[in-house]
Amino acid sequence: MGWTRDQMAAIAARELADGFYVNLGIGIPTLVANQIDPAIDVTLQSENGMLGLGPFPAEADVDPDIINAGKQTITELDRTSYVSSADSFGMIRGGHIDASILGAMEVAENGDLANWMVPGKMVKGPGGAMDLVAGVRRIIVLMDHVDKVGQPKFRKACSLPLTGTNVVDMLVTDRAIFRRENRQSPFCLTRLAPGVSIDELRAVTEADFNDTR
Amino acid sequence: MVDKVYDDAVAALDGLLFDGMTIAAGGFGLCGIPETLIAAIEQSGVRDLTLVSNNAGVDDFGLGKLLRAGQVTRMVSSYVGENKEFERQYLAGELQIEFCPQGTLAERMRAGGAGIAGFYTRTGVGTLIAEGKETKMFGGEPYLLETGIVADLAIVKAWRADPYCNLIYRKSARNFNPMAATCGKITVAEVEAMVGPGTIDPDQVHTPGIFVKRLIRAASNEKRIEKRTVSAGAV
Repeated sequence: MGWTRDQMAAIAARELADGFYVNLGIGIPTLVANQIDPAIDVTLQSENGMLGLGPFPAEADVDPDIINAGKQTITELDRTSYVSSADSFGMIRGGHIDASILGAMEVAENGDLANWMVPGKMVKGPGGAMDLVAGVRRIIVLMDHVDKVGQPKFRKACSLPLTGTNVVDMLVTDRAIFRRENRQSPFCLTRLAPGVSIDELRAVTEADFNDTR
Repeated sequence: MVDKVYDDAVAALDGLLFDGMTIAAGGFGLCGIPETLIAAIEQSGVRDLTLVSNNAGVDDFGLGKLLRAGQVTRMVSSYVGENKEFERQYLAGELQIEFCPQGTLAERMRAGGAGIAGFYTRTGVGTLIAEGKETKMFGGEPYLLETGIVADLAIVKAWRADPYCNLIYRKSARNFNPMAATCGKITVAEVEAMVGPGTIDPDQVHTPGIFVKRLIRAASNEKRIEKRTVSAGAV
């Protein structure tokens, strides 16, 4: 029942268009790189200061000075450029990145996103997520529909500290796809994953949404 | 020529370290971190440090060494998720953290080094980061006031340097190093290899020597990899 992580990544990858510059977050979003249609030209950006990310290296080509924002070793392409962190976030904050695909702990029905902190428990920090949601034109979130104990993650309001307010444009979970026309619009259910009924979905979704399938 | 090249890290840091100081460091994760200078700061025993760095290293490498030795009181960072000792000290109340969004941190260091006291950014509006900060409307959108950072000492890692302390960084090891180099009241650089005067193409200098007061050859270029990923596993 539902979509695998690779299938979720493939759904997000189909949102990308020819010529896009795209930033992929850590976790499920990383899988999107494998799912981009070879017929379109997409340049991946990594906020530590690399534009034009190549695939993982062969063992012999591992270079500790070539890493992505997840600290994974990667490779260059013929288009690659390196910049400082300040210039990298100039690309991000300045609205030059077409889309960012991020993971989440919670998404609210008003587009709020929480993905950086669980008070008293997880102390990691926002990294570049707050900058990405503040500056990138379109934010697509990939996340499991429920948490480890089965609680809804698409909620009326986020219970966790926010990464940004009203920043999510599209939500892909393992059970459904939700889109909104713009940031004044409500989320609309546009597709259910195979084997998931609308009643089952509503039972594990706290957020209000329109069913526009 | 003023000789800015020192024999080793101990000599280069002589007279610069004091308890309670603020140190800004370049690097992202373990990539492009000034390994040699961090080790020397650990050896010096200086305490009550405020560290301005995107990350906190890992438990036994990078800035994690200073944390483990109990030398750090406060960190200004965007992400510290790879360091268990950090988490332990923080949850035990032994360590303060000022979380700063990554782009805001880079810009705060750049601003501090460029004599800009503060700037407005959309990043962090409506979040915990905004607490206690001035908000101002521009074009109908709220922006937060963030302040520039000037550190007592900045430490950076470069790939090539000439005797004038013109620096070139290598690939994604550049990251925060150019901004860190500008935001120290005094900046010490360590370099993988020295080259002669005139060897570096002036058009290719990343950090001009004006920003770097002292330089050493790095004694440590371990460049530990946090997540070794290879193509057999696919991206």
